[in-house]
Amino acid sequence: MISHIDVSSVLRRSVCDLYSNLVTRPTGAAVRIGIEHHLDEIGDKALAVLDFSHVGLLDFSCADEIVAKLLMQYVSVDIPRREVYFVFYGMNESHLEAIEAVLERHDLALVTQLADGASALMGTVDREQRTAWEKVCELGSVRAKELADATGVPADIAERMLETLWRRRLVIRQESGYFPVRGATAGLNPGGLLADGTPGGGGVELS
Amino acid sequence: MTNVINMPPSLDEHSFEQIFDQLAPIPPDEKILLDARRTRWASPFGLTALLTLAQTRLERPSLAVPENEDTASYWSRASFFKHAENLYDISGRLPRSRQASESSVLLEVTPVVHTQDVHTVVENIQQRARAILQEKLHLQSQVTMRFTMALSEICQNVIEHAGTGGWVAVQAYKWQQRLGGRNVVVIAVCDAGMGFRKSLESAQGPRPHDRWGDSMALEETVMKGVSRFRDPGRGQGLAGVKRFIGTWDGKFSVRSGTSRLAIVPEWDPGDEPMKEGLAPFPGAQVQITIPERMPDA
Repeated sequence: MISHIDVSSVLRRSVCDLYSNLVTRPTGAAVRIGIEHHLDEIGDKALAVLDFSHVGLLDFSCADEIVAKLLMQYVSVDIPRREVYFVFYGMNESHLEAIEAVLERHDLALVTQLADGASALMGTVDREQRTAWEKVCELGSVRAKELADATGVPADIAERMLETLWRRRLVIRQESGYFPVRGATAGLNPGGLLADGTPGGGGVELS
Repeated sequence: MTNVINMPPSLDEHSFEQIFDQLAPIPPDEKILLDARRTRWASPFGLTALLTLAQTRLERPSLAVPENEDTASYWSRASFFKHAENLYDISGRLPRSRQASESSVLLEVTPVVHTQDVHTVVENIQQRARAILQEKLHLQSQVTMRFTMALSEICQNVIEHAGTGGWVAVQAYKWQQRLGGRNVVVIAVCDAGMGFRKSLESAQGPRPHDRWGDSMALEETVMKGVSRFRDPGRGQGLAGVKRFIGTWDGKFSVRSGTSRLAIVPEWDPGDEPMKEGLAPFPGAQVQITIPERMPDA
């Protein structure tokens, strides 16, 4: 299932109709809980596009409550809450600064989708992981052997690398291989998982 | 008996120490009169610290307002008297209450008690901050967001750590002497809460260290990012504020208890990174100064 979550709407619904800025920890916690409720309704395996386009300011404390604490539940524990992948969309420069700081603090990483539709990694990612991730994006979908061939690393290392990226929810694991995590803006079609041209619209099963 | 405290002609972060010095020996249940009749100017620190001071007194204090009409008028436009009337017995002629139409007042004196107050501060300041920071201080457009982020984090510290409410004010003005007459914008946030040392002690108790006290608590919190909360995500707000200060050649100072820590930029060589043995005063008093960026900077 793909879900588009307008973070600004969650803010207005969860905290106050008049607010457009994500500031303070209590606000961040309320918004995160709102997002979690939404995720609870969309199945055990899902891709959530978190859209920050209409968010004014995001301060460090709020970024920690929303982004870091959300990711930690889904990507950085041995038994994550569920298999949820995130794409962070519509972030401006100051959002990026706050999010980059909290990702670094917690050794986290995420996929962001830029205005031109291209995906980028943010946060703590070593060189090997980044190379592997870029190769997955370039090829659209890969198995370990294909990654090994493309990068020149042994197959077992390529397998381990893909597994690590999957555990961090930076790539999607399917029976047919590993796919890049992408939203559906700009008409992108991540590994054949999405066909909808609207952000997170439709709702396509991740098998 | 009423104890008279004479206020200096110019009331800022440094000269306010004269008031703290006079206040320290007076028990909190004794009546005081703050005599501001000769005061001609006050920074955001001066105004917010004055309100904070009143909150430390058990006996309602008195305040004699500045005789200079321009000064009193400015204090009024900055919403100082609106709040002071609830805390002080005011003597002297108050100017008619007016809204802060003056563009140099970025944020009138505003109470910070609840989370929603931080939202209000942030919502209110953004438009005015953009104009001042870009046009007067010649800072790049992205500074507005970062400035507001820093303001938000400092205000949150009051709510989370002080245990009481506090006050915030922001103003832009032109320095007459320092920095060759450059424009600056100044944020002041003052509270009379538990202060940095007690905040850390509330979680872990006093540190078994010879130097443990207000200055070490300030060092640990501001310089090392230690927080009383066990959550590893804590302490990022102040870290972000420090990055902002560093990027824009700003100055950060915080006074708590009997110590004051400052991150001193090159343009203010007269200040000291740490002062100890100051007159005791509860809570924390923070000031951030961002100077105008010169064309070749």
